[in-house]
Amino acid sequence: MLKLKNLSHHYNNQSRNIKISVLEKINLSINEGEFVSIVGKSGCGKTTLVNIVAGYIQPTGGSIFVNAEKVITPGKDRIVINQAHDLFDWMTVYQNMRLVSNDDNDINKYLSMTRLSEFADAYPYELSGGMKKRLSLARALVVDPKFIIMDEPFNSLDYQLREKLQEELLDIVRKSKKTILFVTHDIEEAVFLSDRVIVLSGKPTQIKKEIIVSLPKNRDSSIRDSMEFIHLKNIIKSEIQEVI
Amino acid sequence: MATKWISVREYFKLMATFIFTKHRAQDLLIKLSSILSVLLFWHILLILVFPANTILPTPSEVFIALLDIVTKGDIFAHVFASLIRVVVGFLIATFIGVGLALVAGYYKKVGIFLNPLIEFLRPIPPIAWIPIAILIFGLGNTSAYFIVFMGAFFPIFTNSFFGVNSLPAIYENVARSFEIKKSIFVKEILLKFSLPYIFTGLKIGIGMAWMSVIAAELIGAQSGLGYFIQLNRLLLRTDNVIAGMILIGVIGYVLSWLLLTVEKKIIPWGNRK
Ligand SMILES: Nc1ncnc2c1ncn2[C@@H]1O[C@H](COP(=O)(O)OP(=O)(O)O)[C@@H](O)[C@H]1O
Ligand SMILES: [Mg+2]
Repeated sequence: MLKLKNLSHHYNNQSRNIKISVLEKINLSINEGEFVSIVGKSGCGKTTLVNIVAGYIQPTGGSIFVNAEKVITPGKDRIVINQAHDLFDWMTVYQNMRLVSNDDNDINKYLSMTRLSEFADAYPYELSGGMKKRLSLARALVVDPKFIIMDEPFNSLDYQLREKLQEELLDIVRKSKKTILFVTHDIEEAVFLSDRVIVLSGKPTQIKKEIIVSLPKNRDSSIRDSMEFIHLKNIIKSEIQEVI
Repeated sequence: MATKWISVREYFKLMATFIFTKHRAQDLLIKLSSILSVLLFWHILLILVFPANTILPTPSEVFIALLDIVTKGDIFAHVFASLIRVVVGFLIATFIGVGLALVAGYYKKVGIFLNPLIEFLRPIPPIAWIPIAILIFGLGNTSAYFIVFMGAFFPIFTNSFFGVNSLPAIYENVARSFEIKKSIFVKEILLKFSLPYIFTGLKIGIGMAWMSVIAAELIGAQSGLGYFIQLNRLLLRTDNVIAGMILIGVIGYVLSWLLLTVEKKIIPWGNRK
């Protein structure tokens, strides 16, 4: 279980010598095997939250627990798929994988799962945006982390590709049985992927609402047109917009 | 009359090849004429304006001198002496410069400690070290290695250090998440990321090294190309002096070209910084 307990964070603005409060008293538990999305407007503190969970920055209040054990440093148990480009440009696809794993069987397994086997010898600059994200995912999967944290991974991609990658991601998550914390500003994306959606809003950002997505586990894009799906989208939209 | 017409497409294709090849040929012609015009100007100046001149040789005399020293072969001992000094000094500068940059990039405090020293020593031209080098190491190879080192070290270190410091924080974070070992981090991430910057330093450094060795040999050596042109100046063999200068230019160019070739081989992911 991944647990965020009373998590608060503020940045110090040095030029104006003031504190800027970003997150306030976030409490959240994610169980093994769950796919949980956090939705919030851009600039609300999602990446800050990811950085704290990953151990890249220390929160100014509260703590992170993995199975009741407090964590303060980054580790293989929580791998982040960053919002920004995080592949090593001077390594081929295979070398990027090899840096984190010694097991060629595993490497091949996850490269094939993410449909990258044919590109093992390509450099990241030769890959499309979608392929880069799939490689980040394969690299995360190969170290078998307890949790994978994804920070707006499909943000920079066009609409059609996003939908395709979302379906692929669901498929891979089902196969690998991973626990995912998925961060996005895209409401539809959150509903489509998740078992549970956490809505962030307010200033400073707090958890506004928690919504259980009671759609079947096996989903494909056709579900986007269902009444239930549209209904959930509308609920979340109104929750986010209520507080401006 | 059987006029053979070609299609419009073929015509454009032909035109394209014509313009393209013509351009390249033109460029080459312009390049050649730039050298030729200088040689011609030099020749005419000596023959027409200074007919009484006995010091400066004409281009053709220099060409003959160049052929002469190359065919006779005694120049190669000097070329070899200079090259050895450059290679030794440059390699030492590379190892220490890159190594120190990596250490200073990894341990930020070391970087802060080194910064004032580097900034103080960097503006001192390598030739200003010659007197002190001769005092300490005497007239010999060690002095030359030292001068070459002084010439090459600063561009290599400063560029490498800049590269190491430009490592995006995200790569450090990824390395921490995946619990990558220190030694692997330094070798596979820090060093490899910095290679394009390091090569920028090496390319400037090899030029500085070559200039420095010639300067060192002009003053304190018994062999080498710098010594060769100095000796021929004393012998009033100006044709040999200029022939030696031309060799220095050509070898300097070849050294830079070699590094560029190595760089292209070592950095296959494209120099995209
Ligand atoms: N290192 C930082 N120093 C100061 N302010 C920051 C820093 N990082 C982010 N912020 C501010 O914190 C807020 C939240 O940023 P971020 O977590 O990136 O939001 P999101 O990922 O939801 O778009 C923004 O207003 C941003 O300007
Ligand atoms: Mg963000």
